[in-house]
Amino acid sequence: MAEKKRKLVVGWFSFTCSEDSTILFTELLNDHLKEWKKMIEFRHVKVLKSHNRLENLDVAFVEGAISSEKQKEELQRIRDNSKYLVAVGACACSGQPSASRNQFVSEEINFKVFWFLEHFDYSQKVRKLSDFVKVDDEVLGCPMDPDLFLKVLEKYLKICTTEK
Amino acid sequence: MHDGEITIDSISKIEGTAGLRVVVKNGQVADLKFIIKDYRRFYTEAVIGKPMLATPSFVSRICGTCSLAHLFCALEAIEKSQDIENSEQTMLLRRLAYDGLMIRDHALHLYFFVLPDILGVDSILDIPDDRAQLGSSQAKLGHQLLEDSFVIKKIGSDLSTAIAGAAIHALLPTVGGFLRLPDQAQFPDLVRRLEEIREPVLRGIETFAKMEDRLLRNSDYLCLRNESRYDFLEGEVVNNTGKRVSEEEFDHFLKKVIIPYSQAEGYVFSDTHEDYLVGALARMNLNADLLNARTKKDVKKYLSLFPSHNIYHNNLAQAIEILQCVDEAAEILKTIKIVEEKPITRPPQGGVGVGVIEAPRGTLYHLAEVDNEGMISRYDVIVPTAQNQINIENDLKKYFSENLNKDREILRLEAEKIIRAYDPCMSCATNFLKIDWREE
Repeated sequence: MAEKKRKLVVGWFSFTCSEDSTILFTELLNDHLKEWKKMIEFRHVKVLKSHNRLENLDVAFVEGAISSEKQKEELQRIRDNSKYLVAVGACACSGQPSASRNQFVSEEINFKVFWFLEHFDYSQKVRKLSDFVKVDDEVLGCPMDPDLFLKVLEKYLKICTTEK
Repeated sequence: MHDGEITIDSISKIEGTAGLRVVVKNGQVADLKFIIKDYRRFYTEAVIGKPMLATPSFVSRICGTCSLAHLFCALEAIEKSQDIENSEQTMLLRRLAYDGLMIRDHALHLYFFVLPDILGVDSILDIPDDRAQLGSSQAKLGHQLLEDSFVIKKIGSDLSTAIAGAAIHALLPTVGGFLRLPDQAQFPDLVRRLEEIREPVLRGIETFAKMEDRLLRNSDYLCLRNESRYDFLEGEVVNNTGKRVSEEEFDHFLKKVIIPYSQAEGYVFSDTHEDYLVGALARMNLNADLLNARTKKDVKKYLSLFPSHNIYHNNLAQAIEILQCVDEAAEILKTIKIVEEKPITRPPQGGVGVGVIEAPRGTLYHLAEVDNEGMISRYDVIVPTAQNQINIENDLKKYFSENLNKDREILRLEAEKIIRAYDPCMSCATNFLKIDWREE
């Protein structure tokens, strides 16, 4: 049977972080946007578009650590709507440096931080993505290693877009 | 619109997450909240007890897009705490790397976030690549500007990388200088590429000058001013009422305002309690006379628009600043002769230092208190988006009050455009424990 190529459907999401990998992603568009538009449907990329749909994603690229129950639920929704989920950047892969507050030992600091945790919907600890959902791949780096990102993208282009 | 609510849960095409909630009752705006939603990372607490030399690199992680601004502001604060005065070469190299940041950062905002509004499309993804699809002159312009954006952003990143080792979380700038000096052999090619983007940059300036949107409000403005040049890194803090203070007095100039529904605090002037705006519009309103001579010559016809109270002119001001940075960087690259020098080092001493610089989005303040062992004992940061927060809300109140006769969807789109014009950065705004609730 002949192989038929379809577009890879991707989403890009950010949780608690500096969004450095998002910025690097927008830099990669300088060289790759034209080529990617032929192969990829960017279905949910809030930094680039207003009309986003969270449904039937092939790959969700997720940046940032998880700071709250609300973020945890949102991450689960992304997982439920994606075939594959890729953690992008240090905060998503390890929690750090966004999880710095997990290591606070000073009573003075913790007392002040505690007020925020109580009054805004913070979780007690900041967590990496794999603490809550299955992560299929990691793109390490702070910000992400762009070459590694391109390799992972290539991998899912091969896996997802060739229908037999 | 009739009575009811407009809620934008997450505003798109900005850095980070922010929302808007507007309540209309009896034909009037009863309540309006601009809500910064990113979660705090408490970086100013995380650095306490850490070595001062490691701190600039750590706090550069406050923000992905203006990482270099936080790095340089932290370096200035720590250097001042240690009475370190940098060499002329170090400061020239920092200006060069910073020009690269401004070019890349402003171009991202203008071309990827604002341009779709001008073209009437949702996203740069909707701009056709295929020339056969380019029927209207608007489509052709959109295509051209998107192509322009790629080369402009790229030279910005490459310039910062050539000098600082990376455009995001740069490795080479350190307390007292650079860990490794740039290779001067790269400079002629960088100059050539900077010269090549002048025409695209001027095309962008013309486009953003033609943007017809207007939102006028008599706001106050604040920025750094260096009497000798258009400078992002050195100067005194000035505002449009003629006040002028040293960098060290900056935080006394402001009054912190608790915004209970937002993850970030706001600021007003401490004397008048008036809101104010920081960023490219403030800089162009207060410093246009200091622009690079070549830039000034080529943007002369647009400079009469400043001082401006139209928030959409923040876009034009950023576009002009791109040219300013292109011209300044080319001049420095043509004239600088790199000489071998090591970072200035000295035994740690206890002290307090303040860094104030102009980040892409406005005035940025870092305070570092260092103990005798060279460890951080107190750290404070005030970022531009927090300072603009009250101004954004007041602009939106004015807009909604004057336009409630419009359709709900138009109001929603226009509100997003107004917020986008400020180029806010929520990642920056939510790193700190600014409010001790036991005191407030």
